[in-house]
Amino acid sequence: MADPMRIRAQASGDKATVRVLMSHEMESGQRKDAAGNTVPAWFIQEVTASHNGKQVLAAEWGPAVSKNPFLQFAVKGAKAGDKIAVTWKDNKGATRTDEATVS
Amino acid sequence: MNKHSRMALTIGLALAAGSVWAQKSASEGIDEYRAMLQDGNPAELFEAKGEDLWKQKRGPKNASLEKCDLGKGPGVVKGAFVELPRFFADTNRMQDLESRLVTCMETLQGFNGAEIAKTPFGRGEMANVTALATWIAAESKGMRFNLPYAHSQEKTFYEVGKRLFFQRGGPHDFSCASCHGEEGKRIRLQDLPLLTKNPGDGIGFAAWPAYRVSNGQMWGMQLRLNDCYRQQRFPYPGFGSDATIALATYLGVNAKGAKSVAPSIKR
Amino acid sequence: MKKQTQIVLAGLASALVVAGCATVPSVAELNALTDQIVKASFRDQGIAKVDRVLATDETNRVCSEADVTGKPLDEKTAKRIEEANLKAIKWPSDGKFLGDWKQGEAIAQSGRGLTWTDDAKTVNGGNCYNCHQISKEEISFGTIGPSLYNYGKIRGVTDPNSAAAKPIVEYTWGKIWNAKAYNACSNMPRAGHMGILNEAQVRHIVALLLDPNSPVNK
Repeated sequence: MADPMRIRAQASGDKATVRVLMSHEMESGQRKDAAGNTVPAWFIQEVTASHNGKQVLAAEWGPAVSKNPFLQFAVKGAKAGDKIAVTWKDNKGATRTDEATVS
Repeated sequence: MNKHSRMALTIGLALAAGSVWAQKSASEGIDEYRAMLQDGNPAELFEAKGEDLWKQKRGPKNASLEKCDLGKGPGVVKGAFVELPRFFADTNRMQDLESRLVTCMETLQGFNGAEIAKTPFGRGEMANVTALATWIAAESKGMRFNLPYAHSQEKTFYEVGKRLFFQRGGPHDFSCASCHGEEGKRIRLQDLPLLTKNPGDGIGFAAWPAYRVSNGQMWGMQLRLNDCYRQQRFPYPGFGSDATIALATYLGVNAKGAKSVAPSIKR
Repeated sequence: MKKQTQIVLAGLASALVVAGCATVPSVAELNALTDQIVKASFRDQGIAKVDRVLATDETNRVCSEADVTGKPLDEKTAKRIEEANLKAIKWPSDGKFLGDWKQGEAIAQSGRGLTWTDDAKTVNGGNCYNCHQISKEEISFGTIGPSLYNYGKIRGVTDPNSAAAKPIVEYTWGKIWNAKAYNACSNMPRAGHMGILNEAQVRHIVALLLDPNSPVNK
């Protein structure tokens, strides 16, 4: 089971700013190890976010995104107490979902 | 390593989310980039892990670390980081944060301290030591360094650390002072703080543990000193060895009054 | 780790018992304790052996001590150290001081070699750009040492093979081979003397600095 994401969501005015830190190796598949073998690609391909169960963000990522990626986005109409959930899926089929409450 | 910066992604997503892209000057752009980096510091992932490890019952004794004495009494975490290294009566020696964590993992949880000390950085229980150190440092973020300088061992180790700082050796005749002994110098494009005195808030000793973006690794002070010695072409300093603790004592006492920004983010 | 505690305690036992807990050991005792701690703390790793820190030469020992006390070497000692290092310089075996500046640039750019993550087969670099500006094109340079841009030009060297240029050419070789021959406690490594660079490599660096065709002198 992958390490949990750190999600912070702060309401301000008519929207909430969500910041997410994901724990993932994000191997591009271009690197070679000390022995000269290519380190296999292992990266997040899909990111989705929902607000109170309704999807508000969908993203397709590739090998250009670096290790332990940081994602920031704004959700219109989100207020304190609402639930934000973020899900990632990687190219090996692993997935992780974490939730946070808007403060 | 061919990894694109996280900045490109963050800006891209900001655009996707529909925010306005105003015209900025170069220096404003750099300041904003630096602020962005601070916000998304992956060190927080290690902080979260460290906090869990502190509270979790683990090891042969199935106990947590919540009774660990980091110098301010059992279980006192806030403020402990900025008073290390210091003398500990129970082990009768000077200890820094990481060696003290190994002591607690051994005495409270039943782990084999010598085995942990032998484990390479980033692996096994050593990775847990780093995560714990990251969280404990975070609990003192913003506080000013104030290492105790009362016990004779604390004074002695300061003097030993000073000698180590200036000790030239290896094929390049390097000492710590070769790079950190003069104000306003840099190696390639990396600025070098002068470490014979307080180099300022959040600089030098006050900036570690830190997350290194270039290799995606979390580094505590033990690894920072270890890699300095590697670059100096010295032989390998043992984890938690007296040399590393004396050197950290010298740096920490010199940093008295400086604000800690640990865990920080580095290139 | 427990062994080290005993070393520290054994060393301090007498001092503490006699002097009480408020005082620090004498300078001599601190120096001895530091040596003990170094011996107990460092180990061999890869090609980096402990004699690198246990068997340092007189140059490093006296300069380290000068740095600790903050008192520069007295003139007599400085001269003696410089002369000893000068005597140890190996001049080019074939009398050729200059090589290929293009290879010199590559050597100056490289910081590889001699760490415990390198192996004995690694070709050592000169680490030069870490401390010096050299060519104008390379903006990633350090400031620990002075700028070497226009090195030959500033010194009026138009023909490195001429008799007029000989003193500069020899000084340049000597400084790279053993920097301490000209400044006892210089911060600069002794590239040839300590086996960082070989004769061929030093020849290329001298060319980088003195060849009129080198970008350094453009």
